[in-house]
Amino acid sequence: MQGLDDTLGQILTAHRKDPRRLVQILRAAQSEAGWISPEIAAFLADELCMPISRIHAVVQFYAFLYDRPVGRYRVLFSDNIIDRMLGSVALRQHMQRRMKVGRGAVSADGLVSIDTTSCTGMGDQGPALMINNRQIVRLTTRRIDEICDLMRDGAPLEDWPSHYFTISDRIRRAESLLGTSYVPGKALAQAIELGPQGVLDDLRRSNLRGRGGAGFTTAMKWELCAEAEAETRYIICNADEGEPGTFKDRVLLNSFAERIFEGMAIGGYAIGARHGVIYLRGEYDYLRAPLEMKLAAMRQRGLLGTNVLGVPGFDFDIEIQMGAGAYICGEETALIESLEGKPGRPRIRPPFPVTRGYNDMPSVVNNVETLCKVVEVMRIGGRAYALLGTKQSTGSKLISVSGDVARPGVYEYPFGVRIQTVLDDCGATDVAAVQISGAGGMTLAPHEFGRRIAFEDVPTSGAFMVFNRSRDMFEVARNFMHFFAHESCGFCTPCRVGCALSASIMDKIAAGLGAQYELNELTRLGAVMRTSSHCGLGQTAGNAVADTLQKFRPDYERRLMAGDFAPAFDLDAALERARQVTSREDAQAHLEGVA
Amino acid sequence: MQAPTLDRSPDTAETTRKLRVATASLSGCFGCHMSLLDIDARITELVKLVEFDRSPITDIKTCGPCDIGLVEGAVANSENVHVLRELRANCQILIALGACAVNGGLPAQRNHLDVGEMLEDVYRDIDEGLPCVPDDPELPLLLDRVRPVNEVVRVDYFIPGCPPSGDTLWKYLTDLIGGRMPRLDYDLFRYD
Repeated sequence: MQGLDDTLGQILTAHRKDPRRLVQILRAAQSEAGWISPEIAAFLADELCMPISRIHAVVQFYAFLYDRPVGRYRVLFSDNIIDRMLGSVALRQHMQRRMKVGRGAVSADGLVSIDTTSCTGMGDQGPALMINNRQIVRLTTRRIDEICDLMRDGAPLEDWPSHYFTISDRIRRAESLLGTSYVPGKALAQAIELGPQGVLDDLRRSNLRGRGGAGFTTAMKWELCAEAEAETRYIICNADEGEPGTFKDRVLLNSFAERIFEGMAIGGYAIGARHGVIYLRGEYDYLRAPLEMKLAAMRQRGLLGTNVLGVPGFDFDIEIQMGAGAYICGEETALIESLEGKPGRPRIRPPFPVTRGYNDMPSVVNNVETLCKVVEVMRIGGRAYALLGTKQSTGSKLISVSGDVARPGVYEYPFGVRIQTVLDDCGATDVAAVQISGAGGMTLAPHEFGRRIAFEDVPTSGAFMVFNRSRDMFEVARNFMHFFAHESCGFCTPCRVGCALSASIMDKIAAGLGAQYELNELTRLGAVMRTSSHCGLGQTAGNAVADTLQKFRPDYERRLMAGDFAPAFDLDAALERARQVTSREDAQAHLEGVA
Repeated sequence: MQAPTLDRSPDTAETTRKLRVATASLSGCFGCHMSLLDIDARITELVKLVEFDRSPITDIKTCGPCDIGLVEGAVANSENVHVLRELRANCQILIALGACAVNGGLPAQRNHLDVGEMLEDVYRDIDEGLPCVPDDPELPLLLDRVRPVNEVVRVDYFIPGCPPSGDTLWKYLTDLIGGRMPRLDYDLFRYD
């Protein structure tokens, strides 16, 4: 225990005993001890002078923090519908059989635990799993067998074949962002030439809009933040790419990181911020070390640090903070809560982050892709930038294409591209549906494939999941509903209860016990969630069910039973436990299945 | 909401017929039935419009064909299931009345415990300390989990509240009896 206390002491010192770094401290403690034991929780609560309930609240909120022992190898299979379509369920069951462990359980010898997790951002090269924060893609039965052998031998992950952990970029189509060479510091030098106000003016002329999905005008966000009275400001990069089916930020973080950093530095210069924070999703832990190295190289070149590019008084540096497996932290105020060491629950707005954000200071939260686009605007100028794309959606957009296509990967198009064009380019045939913008987005049927990707028509954060005619759109919607039920932060009732009820109704229909009544209930619950949830998660959670109910109704109706209503559970089996303790077997001790 | 309403249009003979109403309390506290009595003198108006069938008010034990059924309480044992099914089979419109019927309410607080262990803990021999759970066939067996009524039968309407007030019930029933879609204003939901 003494050794552990020392280790924890070092972790605390590294984080300056700052309670706002609780998520980071817990991640570090867990990587030493495997899980957050009651002793660790008590020690940290004591040292950080906070009630132990706060530690528990954080540990229980994040999927990658554990309050009970897990296996020495923690295996998490990505459970997005795309992974499932690639056979992830059978692969997981295969591994469970071989390692003799149930889903969500730890093997008897404590060697391995196997469970599922929300989309890990590998839709273009799944099925994927995570093992102790490392990602393995392109799983096959053979690869699973090899992994099982390595785990049985107790081989440390560093000794596993390195090609297991190779993640490819798979850039299939490049435009102004992916297809242009980059000279480090050039955009920042241009920004300094324009001056802070000049940068904001040029950005306004470009009409650049945020790439995270909501499409707020970037210039306006920066101006509002710059105008807020405060002694310090923050530029935050939202790299919590959790939307199922999205992986374009992974590619940018892997191969275009300098542009992200430079975009943040330009933001820092324009609004007068000295600190930048990248909030990197826990699933992308493997990207952290390369990003730190690239940050160090940027500092060497004088593009970060004090007196950046020799400009006196222009100090700007960037740190990376890790998420811990919570989709909701992609919502900007939940992200800020997480940065402050709390469970990631969206804040009540206003005040908006631009006036009161991280540490209660004005903060700009921008998507990874948006920050890259800032560099582009500086390079070619706002007016030239605005010429690409459509009137209200300027520039290009990265699309993460996955599912039933010949060539999954990242495609860059000018805004305004038709759905059908993307389908043709990625080699999709016999398409039944496209799910745009993730689990909460729109489900488009073939008669809508002439529509355009743009804020004016079909807005997107970047996900583009393709389903051919052999797919069951009911199962797609059911997968998404369970995703939301799992990821709801639990703060507001319409979302917490609505998602859980909707998911269990979908399960009931899947079991063949649903009737028209259940379809009506789904519609009614969807309306309640859409109109009265606290944040975008709950407001959009019912979208896929509503869209598929409308456009793919036969997939639901063929599952409905003939009768009026049936319970979702076996009533007679529900009496079994009471029969046991009373030793009764008389007629009254049983219930008929149907009234 | 796609729940049915009663056809009470003026040009049918339906207007003159007294509606039949059944009520039942499953695993509840009878608080919702007390609220029904809480409509006070208006009960004399109510009996001009309706006739009570099976109900603790009439002490009739079995249910005949009815227009409206009101169910208080959650489904916790086999007898609750039988009573609920009888009401559903006989009532055109079935209403879940109060928090227990709608959500499981207080009885559902036992749902995180094992029902077998619970019974054995409650029924222990005073001297020997051994479990001696009553096994009389007349006693209904407990379900492993307490359920809201809509998990066992189809329900047309839900009236929340613990209990819903007399005014709430009066408004709801008079709307329904008048052939209108029942509507409750916000003040009838407010409890603080």
